Formats: sequence, structure tokens, C-alpha cells
Amino acid sequence: MRRLSLKELPLEEYYMPGNILCAGCGESLAMRLALKVLGRKTIVVTVPGCASAGLMMGACAVPLLVGPFASGGALAAGVEAGLKAQGRLEGVNVVAFVGDGGTADIGFQSLSSMVERGHDVLYVCLDNEAYMNTGGQRSGTTPLGAATTTTPVGRFLRGKPQHRKNLPLIMMDHGAPYVATASIGYPLDYVNKVLKASRVRGPKYIQVLTPCPVGWGFHESKTVELARLAVDCGIWPLYEVEGGALKITLELKRPKPLEEYLAQQRRFSHLTSVEVEALKASIEREWMELKRRASGGKEARSDV
Amino acid sequence: MVATAAASATGARVFTATSSQGLSYMQEGLYFAAGHRLPVVMAVANRSMGPPWTILAGHDDSIAQRDVGWIQVYCSRPQEILDQVIQAYRVAEDHRVLLPIMVCYEGFATSHCYEAVEVPSQEEVDSFLPPYRPLFKLDVEDPLIITRFVEADWWLGFKKLQDEAMEGAKKVIADVDAEYAKRFGRRCGGLLEAYRCEDAEVAMVTMGNLALTARLIVDEFRGRGVKAGLIRLRFFRPFPREELVKALEGVGSICVVERNCSPGGYGGAVFNELRSALYSTGHRPLVINFLAGMGGRDVTPVELREMMAAAVKALERGGVEREVNWVYGVRRA
Repeated sequence: MRRLSLKELPLEEYYMPGNILCAGCGESLAMRLALKVLGRKTIVVTVPGCASAGLMMGACAVPLLVGPFASGGALAAGVEAGLKAQGRLEGVNVVAFVGDGGTADIGFQSLSSMVERGHDVLYVCLDNEAYMNTGGQRSGTTPLGAATTTTPVGRFLRGKPQHRKNLPLIMMDHGAPYVATASIGYPLDYVNKVLKASRVRGPKYIQVLTPCPVGWGFHESKTVELARLAVDCGIWPLYEVEGGALKITLELKRPKPLEEYLAQQRRFSHLTSVEVEALKASIEREWMELKRRASGGKEARSDV
Repeated sequence: MVATAAASATGARVFTATSSQGLSYMQEGLYFAAGHRLPVVMAVANRSMGPPWTILAGHDDSIAQRDVGWIQVYCSRPQEILDQVIQAYRVAEDHRVLLPIMVCYEGFATSHCYEAVEVPSQEEVDSFLPPYRPLFKLDVEDPLIITRFVEADWWLGFKKLQDEAMEGAKKVIADVDAEYAKRFGRRCGGLLEAYRCEDAEVAMVTMGNLALTARLIVDEFRGRGVKAGLIRLRFFRPFPREELVKALEGVGSICVVERNCSPGGYGGAVFNELRSALYSTGHRPLVINFLAGMGGRDVTPVELREMMAAAVKALERGGVEREVNWVYGVRRA
């Protein structure tokens, strides 16, 4: 499949401006770009969160259904099954935009069973690495050491003490026919993955990094820069899985220092060099696992 | 529930079934279906909620969901369940209603009861039940934001619309049952079923399959010269206030036997709503409440006889000894 170039990006917009989301919102950009390439014949489902607030209050120019927080996968599955039963699914994209909390934690079983049943749905996880709509509580994808309102830096904690949950690989292990990571800092890579996913039958999963100026603590003008830097320093690997084969879509020849990425965010401002090293080691283990899978399992399994 | 309701939002006709803990687990989904005015039909095999764990009958599971905006109908027999499910689509999908419906019946005691059932042919059902015409649906050719976030000025107005739809459903329920009777020669019983109530002075009010035994008890008391009657409340939502008050016009003493309880409350749901309905009419019969038959506990003819006798005694004495009575422990055959 030929890749879309910047010039070929459709001019049509289905994610409307003037909605209530914050200035510099990464999620808004992710939904806008995805809907551009998915086009008019798309039905969106979402669950309570920043995304739904924007979409419900007028941003969505395609059909929209919003359901309970824990039900992202079930919503999408139901819409797909309903259309299919009426012979109306052909040529229609059913897309779920769900945040990381709704995906990794509270809605996980709903997503897992949707993928297991094989519904023809594109599920996009808008990952801002915490429950940002409710003020920034930790989620399953919050990185190690990040300060959130439920993992504050103080007498008892120094940010989140656990490693993040690796959802794309979990979806890969479900046997989903298409899985990818993306970043709004690499918009062409992202839209091409969305486009590719839309042409695959069955459950598709894309996890896109969408920095949150409010929750991460950076200036609203830096959203895209940070999303790019996250990839460049290696904390957010870009890869895709097609038919079970994992391919790293952006090889990092010379990764930028992680410190450069961390220094721009309030949530990491407390980290000591020892803690930064621990985070680096955690990222390194994730990369080893990725490379192992990319090599078709020929490299030794890491301890992840 | 969410997957079922989401499929309904695309314009598909849907059905699902659940019970007990499953029903309570899907509570948020129940609001989701009702709030979107989706005509989902769901069978509920009523079983009591654990702990203490049980898998047996009780209406406490669905009574706990009375405020979610679903129509609730309680059936007594397999044939009635089958007929009611078919009727439920006509009611739910009627544009004057557009509300989801739970067709409830006791778990095991009715859900696993063997009874010869007349199954109408596909053609007969199709002629009674035309294809679903949604008022709105998810459609790429007619894009709609079906779910709205509303400002504080609007929320209760939407709830009021649900309430009005419930009120309007009463007529639709009666009409659909009458038309069903004309076509199939059987009726479900509308909002409530009154048995030997015309001149009754004492009445038992219950829901579900307890009414089957209760009929025999009514006949027995009638045989002894007591003017006894029975009301089987079929629809709990919408609650048939007027119909109930009318059916109880000449009744001086009532025993309400129900399979639900509210620890810390005063009596069961039917007892409370019945008394509330009567309060403003000026007609104030004596009302005794029996909370019974939960967790699969049998309610035997002996016990029902005692309950009816308590109502008779209350009428004679002109007062009720104890209004709320929990019927528990080892059953007396």
C-alpha cells in the first residue's frame, strides 16, 4: 500500500474546532488526524473522558455514541454487530476513541473480549498516560516514576512505583490482525497506520501517544514537540504488528538523551539520576522484548 | 448490555437475557439503554443477590433496578413469558414509548419449569410485529451525535420525558395485549390481573408465580364464605397506580406478599408503592406486608393461607398486629 504524503492528506475535517478541550490537547489532534483519513463513512464510539467531552459537545461531525466508562470495546462491538446484522457494515469504519484508563484498566476486559471475538473495529487508545479528565490519577500506562495526583512525590512515594502495562503487546498476544503504536509527533506515520488499519478486516488496535499539557506539566505550545521527542529518546517506540509479525517502524540510530524529554515535564521534575537510570532500564527491557519479537523470537527472551 | 444497546442504536432489533448478579453488574448499561431511549428487550430470570450466595429465586435483583428507566413486567408461567416477549417489542418500539423492557420471571422456579407451550409461527409473529422503525439511529448517511452532554438546565427535563413515556406506555401495554388476544387467543393480562376481586373484602397482592398458588388459596377462602380476591401485579414499572386503586375499591384488608426486601426500609417495594397510591384517595384499607420467597425459599400453601388469614383477622379486629413480616427459616408444608 502506498503511503499518504502530507500533500495527500484529505482537506475535509470531521473533528470540529471550537470544542471545549484544552489548548494544546494532544488527543484532539489524534482524533482530528484519524477522522481525516477515515472519512465521512465512520461511526465513532467513546466513553467518558476528555475525548467524549470534546466529541459530545459538538466536535464530532460523524455519528457518535458514548457509553459507560468500562465499555469501550463492548460499544464498538455492538455497533459493528448491529450494522452487520442489517447488512450496513460494508464500507463503514467503526472506530473507538478511548483513553488509557478506559483501555488499560477499567475497560480492559471489554476490549479484550472485543478483540477475542474478532469484531471488525478500529480501536484507538488515546494515551496521555493518566486519568487526565478527572485531574490526573495514575493509570496502567503511567510510566515509572511519573508524579500523578494518586502517586504524588512526598514522604511515602516518589511518583508511580510500578512499570507501565504494555498494552500493544498484550493486543498482539490476543492475535489482533493489526496492532500499532503511534505518536502525534509523527503525524504521517500515524495517519498511514490508521489508513492501513482501516483496510484490515477484524479488530485493529492503535495506541497513540497524546501528550497532555495540564497533566504532564509543560507549555501548551510544546505538545507536538514532546510527542516527537518521546519517540526520539526511545520512551515511545513506534512499531506495528501485521498478521502476528512485529516490525519496528522507526529505528533509532542515535536516540536523544531521555533527560531531555524528562526535563520539560513537571511530572518528572523530582527524579534523581538514580531514578532516571531505573526508568532507562525499564525502557531498555521493553526494547529488548520488542527486538526479540521483531526478530521473530530468535533473540533471547528478556525477563519482561 | 452495552453491546446489545449499541447494536440497538444502529437500528437493529436486539434481545438479551440475564439474571441476578449479572443484572446488577450491568446497571450502568441499563441507564445507557434507557437514557438513549433504545427499545432493548431483556429476559431476567430473577434470582436473589449474594452474599449469602444463592442461585435461587427472588425479585430483589430487578426491584433494585426499579429506578433505571426500564419497563418491568413480572410473569408467572412459561407461556406468558413467551407471549410477553413478543408483546414487549411492540410496546418498546412504539414511538410513544421507546423504552427498554425487562421481562422478569422467577429463576429456576419458572425459568426451569417444564410446561407445554404454544409457539406461534414465524408468519403469525411477523404479522403482529412489523420490522422495527427507529426514530433515530447511527447512520453514516445521516450523522447524529446520539449521546449529548447536557447543561444543568436540561438533565431533569430528559428524565421527565422518560417518565411521561412510562405513563404513556400504560395505554400501549393494554392495547397491545388486547390485540395479541385477538390474534392469538391468549392474553398476558395487561398491567395487572385481578382474580375474584369484584366484590372482594380481603385481597392478596403479589407478583410472579406466587399468584398461581395464591389463586387456590382465594378459592379456598371463597369456599368458606370469605369474600377473598387476588391481584397479580404484572407491571411494576410503569406502576399501575390508578388500576390498582380501582381494583381495590371495596377491599378493607390487603396482604402484600413479595419477593424483595430493603434492609433498613419499612416493607417491600410493592407494599410501599401500593400504600402510597392509596394514600391520596382517602380509601385506606389495612395493609399487611409479607417479605417472602427470596433465596429460593418456597412459599407453601400453608403459609399463603396464614397470610390471607392474617388479612381476614385484621379486617375483623379493625387493625393490623404487625405490618411488616419477614417470612424466613425452615418452611412449613
